[in-house]
Amino acid sequence: MSHHYVEVRRVTYAYPDATLALRDVSFRIEHGEAVGIVGANGAGKSTLLLHLNGLLTPTEGSVVIGDIPVAAETREQIHRSVGFVFQDADDQLFMPTVLDDVAFGPMNMGLSQAEARARAQAALDLVDAAQLATRAPYRLSGGEKRSAAIAGVLAMSPSILVLDEPSAGLDPAARRRLIALLCSFSHTRIIATHDLDLVLDVCKRVLVLHGGRLLADGAPRDIFNDTELLASCHLEAPLSWQRRS
Amino acid sequence: MSRIDVALRDLRSLDDLARRDSPLTRLDARAQVITTLVFSVVVVSFDRYAVSALLPLALYPISLAALGDLPARPLLRKLAIAAPFALLVGLFNPLLDRAPLLTLGEFAIAGGWVSFASIMLRFALTVGSALVLIAGTGMHELCAALGRLGVPGVFTAQLLFLFRYSFVLGGEASSMMTAYELRSGGRRPGVNDYGRLAGHLLLRAFERAQRIHRAMIARGFDGELRSATSRIWTRRDTVFVLGWCAFFLVVRWVNIPQWLGQAVTGQLP
Repeated sequence: MSHHYVEVRRVTYAYPDATLALRDVSFRIEHGEAVGIVGANGAGKSTLLLHLNGLLTPTEGSVVIGDIPVAAETREQIHRSVGFVFQDADDQLFMPTVLDDVAFGPMNMGLSQAEARARAQAALDLVDAAQLATRAPYRLSGGEKRSAAIAGVLAMSPSILVLDEPSAGLDPAARRRLIALLCSFSHTRIIATHDLDLVLDVCKRVLVLHGGRLLADGAPRDIFNDTELLASCHLEAPLSWQRRS
Repeated sequence: MSRIDVALRDLRSLDDLARRDSPLTRLDARAQVITTLVFSVVVVSFDRYAVSALLPLALYPISLAALGDLPARPLLRKLAIAAPFALLVGLFNPLLDRAPLLTLGEFAIAGGWVSFASIMLRFALTVGSALVLIAGTGMHELCAALGRLGVPGVFTAQLLFLFRYSFVLGGEASSMMTAYELRSGGRRPGVNDYGRLAGHLLLRAFERAQRIHRAMIARGFDGELRSATSRIWTRRDTVFVLGWCAFFLVVRWVNIPQWLGQAVTGQLP
């Protein structure tokens, strides 16, 4: 895959109970961009993210990742390119030890035990969590779980990172470490969050979802200055932004 | 701390024991699984009135516990929790089998009491050795060993997930109970309340299972749970299995306490 762009074309998605979660959503994200997806509860953020690596398929429209359409037959390729960090790290950390969990993806990619362990160790080093390797996931703190979950995704060497509420439940220090970590990555980053201060620190572009529709797509400065838009989407400008202006 | 939290801590403590470095935890889990399996088969193969002949078998769980430096109290407490089930099984033996089997001085002991003692002893030996097995290997090593011994992956993965997510679901159940108690005004939950709480927990479990499955699919899961760590079977493991199995066979065919008694009283044939 030469171009790691993400293109969502007129995607509409209805859940089996007919709830319309996404309505005609379109955007394109280029390689290396850091994009925040913001919106009130139920705006469709998580549903949109699940479309980016084929965990959900659109009712109408299509998703293309680097020239490859997201579909059942391309799912394996897509999973290698798009690393997904889930909102609740406990959903992602199911193996007995952190090292085993981080090596889970590489092992499924067909790497040998030695290669998978080396990749896992390197990913843990990258998120500064090498000391957690032999620990049981259920023994970790929230911040440690988040680091282990991110390492588990990085070990698969994705070019695109999708993160669902990455700062939820973290204490201020762990949140600050997470922000520094996200800023240090050169991957394409797509972050759905309520933490608008994190968006301000990490992202150069913001997509605003409301009621399943994409209401705005622009630079954080433009979005957070538009008080009318924020109010209509049940959002507020980040605290650090409010202090600045 | 709620009773659910206490139970979860108890469960966790058993797994924590296996994370310590000891001669027992350095053994391949397969060696311990095979030996414990043979041990259990030997224990249940004895005659229903066997009591003294079973006693030497206690050496196995006791030696392993000593080898692993496992504390006796938590293991005995867990044994006590399971004891009512064995009691229930053997409860009617003294009532149904009243024929005298042996005499101690002037007292005649009915066969039912002897078989009852045999059931309780077998229970202590088999459940005790199973507890030592878990405390000596840990749940994940145990599941990996079962997988390498040919147990279907679906079963070992289920067991592993059951263990891993019992803490998460147990935590949720504990929070629900605490939330209930805080607003119940001291009223104990009735059957209906328990039904509703269990229903909620079940729905949450379904949702979580769906999320976990998505997380697994996102990292390329294809039905097989692969581990990046593996143990190598050494000569020490072979010696462990063969040594103990030989001991079990000797105990099975020679009533050692009886033989010792006869040797001491000079009544050997």
